Amino acid sequence: MVTLIQSQTQDYPTAADEATVDLADSPVRNLNQALHGAAHGQFWTVENPGGKHNLAVGIDAEVSVTINGHAGYYAAGMHQKGEVTIYGNAGVGLAENIMSGKVHVKGDASQSAAATGHGGLVVIDGNAGARCGISMKGVDIVVGGNIGHMSAFMAQAGRLVVCGDAGDALGDSIYEARIYVKGTVASLGADCIEKPMSIEHLDELAELLAAAGRTDNPADFKRYGSARNLYHFSVHNSTSY
Amino acid sequence: MCGIAALQLRNPLLHSQMGSLLSSMMCQIVDRGPDSAGLAVYDTPGLVSGNTSTLSLLGKDQGLPTAGIAAALESLLPAFAGTAVKVVGDTTFVSSAVDTGLLAKAVRETLPDSTIIGRGEHVAVMKSVGHPMDIAAEHGLEAMSGSQGLAHTRMATESAVTAGGSHPFSVADDLCLVHNGSFSNHATIRRDLLREGVVFDSDNDTEVGARYIASRLKQGDTLEEALTNLGKVFDGFYTLVVTTADSMAVVRDPIACKPAIIAETDDYVAMASEYRALASLPGIETARIFEPEPGKVYTWSL
Repeated sequence: MVTLIQSQTQDYPTAADEATVDLADSPVRNLNQALHGAAHGQFWTVENPGGKHNLAVGIDAEVSVTINGHAGYYAAGMHQKGEVTIYGNAGVGLAENIMSGKVHVKGDASQSAAATGHGGLVVIDGNAGARCGISMKGVDIVVGGNIGHMSAFMAQAGRLVVCGDAGDALGDSIYEARIYVKGTVASLGADCIEKPMSIEHLDELAELLAAAGRTDNPADFKRYGSARNLYHFSVHNSTSY
Repeated sequence: MCGIAALQLRNPLLHSQMGSLLSSMMCQIVDRGPDSAGLAVYDTPGLVSGNTSTLSLLGKDQGLPTAGIAAALESLLPAFAGTAVKVVGDTTFVSSAVDTGLLAKAVRETLPDSTIIGRGEHVAVMKSVGHPMDIAAEHGLEAMSGSQGLAHTRMATESAVTAGGSHPFSVADDLCLVHNGSFSNHATIRRDLLREGVVFDSDNDTEVGARYIASRLKQGDTLEEALTNLGKVFDGFYTLVVTTADSMAVVRDPIACKPAIIAETDDYVAMASEYRALASLPGIETARIFEPEPGKVYTWSL
């Protein structure tokens, strides 16, 4: 157990070390500072997260971070390379702007999970709130439960897999992201339509489900994507946006 | 932003800890609204008592000494009513074993410039300007017991930072409303209510919501119906918590602009703007934790 205080942030574990940070007596800022200096291959455990905000943001190394408990807003934001696993729920803006690596939430995630994500994989075993994958730009998202309304709004690239149901206005104003939903869709947003499942789609869905550690059958899913009618502004479409 | 923390204690054994639990929750939502704050507590000994109406008046200084206020009220009210006046923190409490309306009339006559911020047999309301935890400490929240508690930390947007603009708004017997967000059509609804004869205490948008709910309840709506009707009439962003003598309700606007999270156990229902406010509650590890669905009214009764 290391207790991080302001003057001791240089006491990082060395490569292949394991470290535990107890947030009951260490500030979040020091945890993040230490994670920014972490070396590849390290294992970090965070105890008593207590729903604190900004946990494990800005990781840029092949480290593995386990958070034992619920996380607050913006957990694992701007994530690159490493892996963050949250044994609990995550608040608003989980893995916002993730670039690569993996973020796995064992419970539920609040709104705007993986918003604007460019790459990497975000797995949510439970439900995700509204605006999941809003403006996603290449991230892959696998949700074990349901997702809320306005998910994949203006999604540009990447894949969103939903093993439960999707809320209203799914994929509104979507560009080239692919959405797979196993359950029902409350309603599709503007310019989002159901599309046929080809072998290519079944294969990529199987890969995504496997990467998320799930055993759902890809054949049970439907695919949704852009009708490509609203890409370029045309005045006679003005009421469709 | 604003912060909300609300607690309904189902297990009477926890009533003695109401203040300390609500205080620990409130402490985690200060960042969301540091300019002013307010509290509503239910069935708190020392502040309210059964078969007695209690009015909460804004401010500790009412322009008259408490003995003078008590004497003036006693002259207007029946002798058997046991009228009493006390100051706690920045709030003046007036109690008497008469109908709330009668007590309010006597208070308005005695203290025409005073603002009544809480009324009823069960609720005491306290609000002020300043750091929320200073306001809580000044009123002695930590030591209070009770059946329900509601805390609000305000970041003002729609009206000025004043004690009167702080939440909760309590405009009918034992009814309190707190709000995170802003109503955009409150001026229109205010005009409609003014035409119905409703009187307002502040320029605040949330007061319009509270007056609207009180008006609907008076017309026979249940709390759930009143909040469903509010959703049809009010435009804007909101997470609302409403408490009555024996119930608590939570509703979010249909696009869920503002956060809310609920923890439910056999012992309590707790609601807060952020999970961290719930993190230190007893038994939170095994509580049922969920975010309320957009536009859906949730109610719990004691």
